[in-house]
Amino acid sequence: MINWELFWSALGPIALGGLIGTIPVALASFALGLVIALFVALARISGIRVLSALARFNISVIRGTPLLVQLFVIFYGLPSLGLLIDPWPSAVIAFSLNVGGYAAEVIRAAILSVPKGQWEAGFTLGMRRSTSLRRIILPQAARVSVPPLSNTFISLVKDTSLASLILVTELFREAQKVAAFSQDFMLIYIEAALVYWVICLGLSTAQNRLEKRLDRYVAH
Amino acid sequence: MSPTEVAGGSPLLEVTGLSKAFGKTEVLHSIDLSLNKGSVTVLIGPSGSGKTTVLRSLNGLERPDAGIVTIRGGETLGADDEVRVDFAAPAKPRMRQLQAERLRDRSAMVFQHFNLFPHKTVLQNVVEGPIIVQRRARAEAEAEALALLDRVGLADKRDSYPFELSGGQQQRVGIVRALALKPQLLLFDEPTSSLDPELVGDVLGVLKGLADDGWTMVVVTHELVFARQVADEVLFMDGGVIVERGAPSELFANPQHERTKQFLHRLLFPL
Ligand SMILES: Nc1ncnc2c1ncn2[C@@H]1O[C@H](COP(=O)(O)OP(=O)(O)O)[C@@H](O)[C@H]1O
Ligand SMILES: [Mg+2]
Repeated sequence: MINWELFWSALGPIALGGLIGTIPVALASFALGLVIALFVALARISGIRVLSALARFNISVIRGTPLLVQLFVIFYGLPSLGLLIDPWPSAVIAFSLNVGGYAAEVIRAAILSVPKGQWEAGFTLGMRRSTSLRRIILPQAARVSVPPLSNTFISLVKDTSLASLILVTELFREAQKVAAFSQDFMLIYIEAALVYWVICLGLSTAQNRLEKRLDRYVAH
Repeated sequence: MSPTEVAGGSPLLEVTGLSKAFGKTEVLHSIDLSLNKGSVTVLIGPSGSGKTTVLRSLNGLERPDAGIVTIRGGETLGADDEVRVDFAAPAKPRMRQLQAERLRDRSAMVFQHFNLFPHKTVLQNVVEGPIIVQRRARAEAEAEALALLDRVGLADKRDSYPFELSGGQQQRVGIVRALALKPQLLLFDEPTSSLDPELVGDVLGVLKGLADDGWTMVVVTHELVFARQVADEVLFMDGGVIVERGAPSELFANPQHERTKQFLHRLLFPL
């Protein structure tokens, strides 16, 4: 039998955890991660060997190690070097570095997918590389990278549940508390899963809208 | 008397000894070129002969290995305001960039495949250079852009995106985008080569109108009828050298070199 009373009373704290933990951590990490990714992608295609090698190294480390381990290194590891970081910023640092590593390759591929003639059309108008990049190339690269970046964001939202392990107050940690208190693990964890699912459904809808909006200038 | 001497005074564009290699392949061998303000120069020659590379070098999109390019000031710029780049002289990357920019200041390129910005409307494509690069007032830039679009019959397409236009319309936008920069020199790289045959005439008509208005133009094209009607001088390139040059009436009626004869014959009788 489903204990509906428990279900409804648990929804408050779980949803609140999502609202004050999961969603803001995901948004902050994604925004910061995209900035990191853009710079890493630009370093990769800069043609400057040192920068490009550094960027490749960064991507390789981020993608080649578990997110949970990265999180633990920052939260539990760094204090032994005298660097104590609170749970929330620790989570944002780890997640944004992680997004940076994955999104860098997406952004790089998207920039390279814009035909060379677009750069040159910018140049012939008298634009510098930076202006061409900003006004001509990135808007076109953005269109190409929305679907894969949306997937990165949705993965990130789910991955933030790992932050419960470094004591961030977020959706899953709140669920764990309620579960331990009520001892109805099945119901509460299914409920947590449902809340994640609803958030991700909302994000998918937003992704579709955004793709349509960005597609307005291409033939169908 | 060659057409470049007709108008008297010093030529607007002077190119001497332009040479360029891609790796070990020498693509341009010491090209010389000189043209007056208001003249139309047509560049013909087989595929791979280096025509595009000449235009790209003039527009700073390609850096030649050697050669001097001089573009003299127009009336508005003052007679002594000239751009002169000696590509053989050693230059640091920063200097090379600056030289490319100074050349670009004076010329604008119209591409074979248009290269319109797909994420911008027709009007936005045209005003991008004037507003973003030349920092001109939006209202003034838009008014001028609309007048130019009107001239090529596209004023009603101002808010369309490039994908909504035919090839001929896209290329006319490409031309207007170049004109809006008010360059001293217009460079056309096979502007009609990627168009359906029935759309070629519109674009050539626009080019002829520009020539009549006194724009200085270098046009790479295989349209011999256009060249005969509009060009002041025709240059025939092959294998990275200018094999032969002259007024179109002379060069077409009476080519001196065997390679020119063969090329013209192949164009006129492809079968
Ligand atoms: N970026 C490049 N790298 C290597 N070779 C090139 C490059 N651009 C042009 N070429 C070569 O230079 C030669 C001249 O090319 P191009 O100027 O485009 O000739 P055209 O416009 O007359 O067909 C060709 O053999 C072409 O393959
Ligand atoms: Mg060519």
